[in-house]
Amino acid sequence: MCKDIRVESRSREMVYTTTFFAASCVLVFSFAFVRSGRPVVGAEAGIIWVALAYAGQLALGRTFERELHQDALRGLLLAPVERAAIFVGKLLGIMLLMVVVEAVVVFFVAVFFSTALFDYGLLFISLLVAGTIGFACVGALFAAMLARSQSRTVLLPVLLYPITVPVLIAGVNGTLSLIQAEPNLDLARFWLALIAFFDVVFMTLALWTFEPLMTE
Amino acid sequence: MNLFDFQQVTVSKVSRHYGRRRALNSVSFHLQAGEVVGLLGPNGSGKSTLLGILSTLITPSSGEVRYGNKLSSVLGADLRRLIGFLSHDLQLYPELSARENLEFYAGLYGQGQPSSLVNEALSRARLAERAEEPVSGFSRGMRQRLALERSLIHKPRLVLLDEPFTGLDDRSTSELIERLRLLSGEGCVVVFATHDLDIADDVLDRAVVLRRGRITELPDGHASLRARYRQLVTSDNSMERRAGV
Repeated sequence: MCKDIRVESRSREMVYTTTFFAASCVLVFSFAFVRSGRPVVGAEAGIIWVALAYAGQLALGRTFERELHQDALRGLLLAPVERAAIFVGKLLGIMLLMVVVEAVVVFFVAVFFSTALFDYGLLFISLLVAGTIGFACVGALFAAMLARSQSRTVLLPVLLYPITVPVLIAGVNGTLSLIQAEPNLDLARFWLALIAFFDVVFMTLALWTFEPLMTE
Repeated sequence: MNLFDFQQVTVSKVSRHYGRRRALNSVSFHLQAGEVVGLLGPNGSGKSTLLGILSTLITPSSGEVRYGNKLSSVLGADLRRLIGFLSHDLQLYPELSARENLEFYAGLYGQGQPSSLVNEALSRARLAERAEEPVSGFSRGMRQRLALERSLIHKPRLVLLDEPFTGLDDRSTSELIERLRLLSGEGCVVVFATHDLDIADDVLDRAVVLRRGRITELPDGHASLRARYRQLVTSDNSMERRAGV
């Protein structure tokens, strides 16, 4: 992860691209969903998670592509470490990037939609973190699997979104239950628990399958 | 703590298929510590695949590879600690400097005192003066020298080199030949694939020739490696023409 941070700090390619893309998403949605100075009720929840998903997909595609340059991925696979540790390192890097994007997206949504997102800040942040883990975990696995594929840019979203739809739906509904006129904390906790369940399942599967997928 | 080590590598009837294409066909041979073995053969003969299998990056479709008396499948990270692999793609990060690349790999291989190791490696690669520059600005030869140091920074037992002389000038070539001799003297198993027969003749103890995924015996004799290889290729081509291939 430290190496990925150092590489990214030199180029800043992924940070700028994903952050700008996410901010643009929110801006476009604000034109669509804010009428006469009033946002469509509940639109913010969907906008946050859609922007995160699209920006996350951009980051995922780029993360393992970098390792293909000069076949650096093979260099990692040759290292005397558990190959699952390589996956975890990549996952943490992707999550860190997504957290940066989330901060920007949440800020813009709060500004454009005048939404009090942090009335139940702990629950809201927990939803974001748990959703990020689930999305990044599945995405990192598929991105690694498709890294050497010619059609990886097309195949990644085709594979990624159907699997992560439960996480995204839970995230949207959990966020909605926090920002609606009468917040329902029990419902938000339910959706958070669902996301956490998916996270455990996805993480277990990813750690289990990463090494066989990476071995030719 | 007893760390795993080995003095020989045994390849037994190893085959590797990619769909219908057979990259390696029942290849068997033995490698001993202290040997420098050249993998020779035309393009597409299976040299890189065989190096990939020896490095554990590629799993054979059939057959086995034993390191000492243990299979690679049971060894895992313990074995990878002892393998140094320089592939045709150099496994360097162009955004990082030469020093940062070496420090990263030294850390990845758990090397103590990485700073002194890295300084020594940079000095051997004659890159000490450009240690802080990003690798993206290096020539092919400079990257090759850096990648070689990268593959050897953890003092591996089994050294696998795919076309190590590519892009090297005369001085670097001589230094690499000397380095390979040094490694074999230290008890390493050195295997390198090359098309450069004149250079190979200077350094290797024996040659393993691959043609269409099979091992072919090089003719005996006192002629140069190039002459014997040419004799082998010529006789194979004659046989193919007679067989109507």
